[in-house]
Amino acid sequence: MRYIPITQADKAAMLRDIGVSSTEELFAANIPAEVRLNRPLDLPPALTEMEILAHLRELAAQNADTAEYACFLGGGAYDHYVPAAVDAVLRRGEFLTAYTPYQPEISQGVLQAIYEYQSLMCELTGMDLSNASMYDGASALAEAAGMVVNQTGRSKLLVARSVHPHYRRVVETYMHGVGVELIEVPLDGVTLDLNRLEALMTDEVGGLLLQTPNYLGYLEQVRQIEAIVHRMSGLFVVAVDPVSLGLLEAPGHYGADIVVAEGQGLGVPLSYGGPYLGILATRERFARKMPGRIAGATVDNRGQRGFVLTMQAREQHIRREKATSNICTNQALIALAATVYLALVGKEGLREVANLSLQKAHYAAQQIAALPGWRLAGSAPFFKEFTVLAPAPAQAVSRHLLGHKILGGIDAGAAYPELLDGAAGAVTLAVTEKRTRAEIDRLVAALGEVK
Amino acid sequence: MANVPADLKYTKEHEWIRVEGNVGVVGITWFAQDQLGDVVFVELPEVGRELKQNEQFGVVESVKTVSDLYIPVSGKVVEVNTKLEGSPELINQDPYGEGWILKIEIANPAELDSLLDAAGYEAFTKEG
Repeated sequence: MRYIPITQADKAAMLRDIGVSSTEELFAANIPAEVRLNRPLDLPPALTEMEILAHLRELAAQNADTAEYACFLGGGAYDHYVPAAVDAVLRRGEFLTAYTPYQPEISQGVLQAIYEYQSLMCELTGMDLSNASMYDGASALAEAAGMVVNQTGRSKLLVARSVHPHYRRVVETYMHGVGVELIEVPLDGVTLDLNRLEALMTDEVGGLLLQTPNYLGYLEQVRQIEAIVHRMSGLFVVAVDPVSLGLLEAPGHYGADIVVAEGQGLGVPLSYGGPYLGILATRERFARKMPGRIAGATVDNRGQRGFVLTMQAREQHIRREKATSNICTNQALIALAATVYLALVGKEGLREVANLSLQKAHYAAQQIAALPGWRLAGSAPFFKEFTVLAPAPAQAVSRHLLGHKILGGIDAGAAYPELLDGAAGAVTLAVTEKRTRAEIDRLVAALGEVK
Repeated sequence: MANVPADLKYTKEHEWIRVEGNVGVVGITWFAQDQLGDVVFVELPEVGRELKQNEQFGVVESVKTVSDLYIPVSGKVVEVNTKLEGSPELINQDPYGEGWILKIEIANPAELDSLLDAAGYEAFTKEG
């Protein structure tokens, strides 16, 4: 899709056609004076390109970035390696756009890229269909919650307490407006309490939102959980780390009804928190309830294969009040990054990334648990992230690490005080395939200095 | 040229009903399917559902848009056209025959008097 700016002559012709003499007159007639700013924007004077680049570099230099610091931060955003080819493809002019390819006649390349993305996501998650992508992992989970409510007609929904706290907040925001009652299922140690789940999962409940590996890094007991949810005809929504699927069973194979994920780990840089990628995949029978758009393969009137946006009637520009969702924003460019990444690394490569992350995370966990005053928060299996109980508050740990050029130490105790068990702090650490043994040893040594 | 069979009753929402004893067969008109374009999906109600006259009972989705379906008379759904699940295009091909949507047990025959006859419906579609 091309962006075509308008000239002064175009603007004058448009104004003339609608019968006003200036843009100001158009605004004045339609926007009440009291909600208008009525002054120029408060911006410093314009800078030249050279000056602005220098200024931005100065600002960027104030950040601690992963080029200089060893990153053990996770919690939904991970320092995985991004192959150079990803960026090379993304920067091609044919792809570098924020526009939705509504005109298939001129958007075959973008549509095919989305189609390939969907195919990869279905394979990765073990589901029948994927949408063209969503805003991020948290909004994808909230959209899945909406799907459950629409599909089951039940207005109660269980949310595992082990789901990322920020994701839970986003789900609360979405569900607040539609009057859905969210019920939290507590933890038993570092994973979901199955007995409490059993008690809370009634036939009035639409289903369960689960995350595995969970926010603390641990794998949930998905098969037992699936059985409990489905016994009451609820829907089972699973949020995953897509990288973990290089090693772990695809959720479609253990009965998930909807799978969502934050796709950042698949070839997307940390970028200070975004833009990221929301993955949402589901089973065929929920197709009509799935938000967002889908690129489909078809044939034209000459029998040639082509790609189109399909099922658009579920989208808000057709019938806003009946739309499956009012945020169908998709992240086509970021989805393309994930597509290029997966195509590059392949099945074997993804398994290797996952396995290296897992091995290194377990090495780090063993070393840290052996330090005096440190212990693991739980004994459940984990993937690339784990939580340790610290002899000092998490913020002090984090500050100490910064002094050693290490980023790390999410404060798990802030969101889960029940984990502390007398410890001064609880810290969640993530280890990706990028971390070297030397960096991990440096982390352990630095933590050993924390008193 | 619109096709409006004389033996049916019509609604302003473009549904038709054919009365067979105490049962009404319901579908959408030729005019409606022509306006919609290629129908790709029909959401059918559950058999046994009780509907009030003018209540929304489903949707018909085309490549262009989605339209709600409204029931011409009150009653209980006794049958739905399950063929539409796999072949929604029957609505375009044969809106008054193979493309029927549901059968309803008519609760109150007097409600039929509030519907349009063929001439009335044809005039209504021409008003634009």
